[in-house]
Amino acid sequence: MSLAPQSALLEARELTRVFGQGSQAVRAVDRVSFTVQPGEIVSIVGESGSGKSTLARLLLRLLEPTSGQIFLDGQDITKLRGARALRPYWRRVQGVFQDPFAAFNQFYSVGRVLMKTLDLLDGAKLSREERQDRMETVLRNVGLDPVDVLPKWPHQLSGGQLQRVMIARALMVEPAILIADEATSMLDASLRVTILNLLRDLRDRYRMSILFITHDIGQAYYVSDRILVMYRGELVEQGPVETVLGAPQHPYTRQLMADVPRLHGWGAVSMAEPAGAAIGTGSVVAAPSQGAGHAGLA
Amino acid sequence: MWVADLVAAYATASGRDIRAVDGVTFDVQEGEVLGIVGESGCGKSTLASLLALVPPRSLQMLGGRFGIDDHVISPETSDRIPREWRGKLVALLPQRAMNSLNPTARIGDFAFDVLRAHESRVTRRQAIERARQRLEQLALPPRVLESYPHQLSGGMRQRVVTVISTLLNPKVLIADEPTSALDVSSQKALVLLLQRLLDEGYISRIIFITHDLPLLSNIADRIAVFYAGKIVEIGPTKQIVDEPQHPYTRALISSTLVPEPRVRCQRLEGLPGAPPDLRMPPPGCRFHPRCRYATDICAREEPPLTADGDDRLVACWWANAQRQNVEGGTHESRAAVGLA
Repeated sequence: MSLAPQSALLEARELTRVFGQGSQAVRAVDRVSFTVQPGEIVSIVGESGSGKSTLARLLLRLLEPTSGQIFLDGQDITKLRGARALRPYWRRVQGVFQDPFAAFNQFYSVGRVLMKTLDLLDGAKLSREERQDRMETVLRNVGLDPVDVLPKWPHQLSGGQLQRVMIARALMVEPAILIADEATSMLDASLRVTILNLLRDLRDRYRMSILFITHDIGQAYYVSDRILVMYRGELVEQGPVETVLGAPQHPYTRQLMADVPRLHGWGAVSMAEPAGAAIGTGSVVAAPSQGAGHAGLA
Repeated sequence: MWVADLVAAYATASGRDIRAVDGVTFDVQEGEVLGIVGESGCGKSTLASLLALVPPRSLQMLGGRFGIDDHVISPETSDRIPREWRGKLVALLPQRAMNSLNPTARIGDFAFDVLRAHESRVTRRQAIERARQRLEQLALPPRVLESYPHQLSGGMRQRVVTVISTLLNPKVLIADEPTSALDVSSQKALVLLLQRLLDEGYISRIIFITHDLPLLSNIADRIAVFYAGKIVEIGPTKQIVDEPQHPYTRALISSTLVPEPRVRCQRLEGLPGAPPDLRMPPPGCRFHPRCRYATDICAREEPPLTADGDDRLVACWWANAQRQNVEGGTHESRAAVGLA
């Protein structure tokens, strides 16, 4: 078995997940391969149903892959089964999810939520003071005041605050990579920018890698170094953000770029257009039938 | 359609009312799309439920009035609204319309239900036929009428709900965050469908409520910016997008993330803080605690909506002062006002 290149922090190799059987089988994630380097922010973009969230769940080992492998620091972790065996993995790989209102136990205070993360992983090694210190540090890192937030219950916090607590929770174990699955989709535009800046800062300060899963190309463009485009379970295009979004090659990527609403009309107005591809305002006419077609009957 | 000085509040157990809509005035012309944009918790959906004549039980209309054609709703009449106004006069396309379908009924049954509520003698066959014609005219596949909701994609469900809920040709369609749960391609398809419904005359006006300003700028003729239960700026889309006057509008526009190179090269600042608690809104301008241009007067006195040019109204002391400087001939500040 060949090891992944030394520099790759996380690697997916031919990762596949099939739901259902026989003629009913859906290849939700289909032979997906990519790497994430240390300190890199990689976005996965695609429409709903393209398999983004299934991929996130596979990478977090919350879902068993049908085939393929996941490597962390060159080690195959696909064979690890059960919470006990996976603890060391989860110490390095943490997730942040879309709906902050659904992610918390309503009966746990913020302090208890954060503390619980340590208990699950390596909390036993830390003294009381160290735990308290760490809680206060991560909360400050995400822009919350520990004194204010620690004793509160989830229902006392706003969506944006909860989303930050969710990120703080993930940071408690100082992970090497954060998998953020639509982590900013439910937030208002003004708050979204704040959270995206926070992710950029975490990368700059701690060289943390981030896998940012979104359907919003604007966010992916702002936050990431590299971008992977997913369509019907497959990666159809990947590369540096400027290349992929500046000169999209795959028809789906072009379609996606043309459908993004801008403040001055649809489509790729100021991006370099690839030769022969009619993106931009010209495609508006063709778009309704096309949009209806591929969203179509499931 | 017109709305004049509308005030509505939720009664709370503590006895302190939450004024989610506080003195709102605007009108919507025939054939027009009015966009309403604002953050979550600013009262957008409350306004939608009022105008769509389906306010929640705890919401009380306290003042003002609004009207569609010659039908007027005031606090005195707000609890005696004729049932047939809903759907025929005004239709609501809610945020999760696509999830509001009965999972065990075919789409055709839903169309039948909608029509039967208004025309007691309509048969199932007639109802489905009318829905089929409408779908065909809008270039949507009529076979969806035979389908169950789970057989359709989210975007298709949302389009189908849109078409069927406008079968009665309402005078106003209130679309409350209809695109929030959709991906960009489905969002665009829905917006184009709404535009088509308007062009074909099936609906006469749309009030489109969202927090997505780039999307809104592609459908709305005029945009009203909503903050803490009040309109802070209203005007033609181009003016709002290109030359926002209110600091809140500016903040909204500067925090939009569009995939254009200029966005990537800089660090956007967003907008610190959160909208105020409407049980105790701040005195003066409700935006002043988050406003970088706030001065003493902003904390003391509430700015009135003041005309800026022919079509635009702005409620901001700072913007007023800027405008007066410009009129006084200071060229530098004209440049400053023009800055997005």
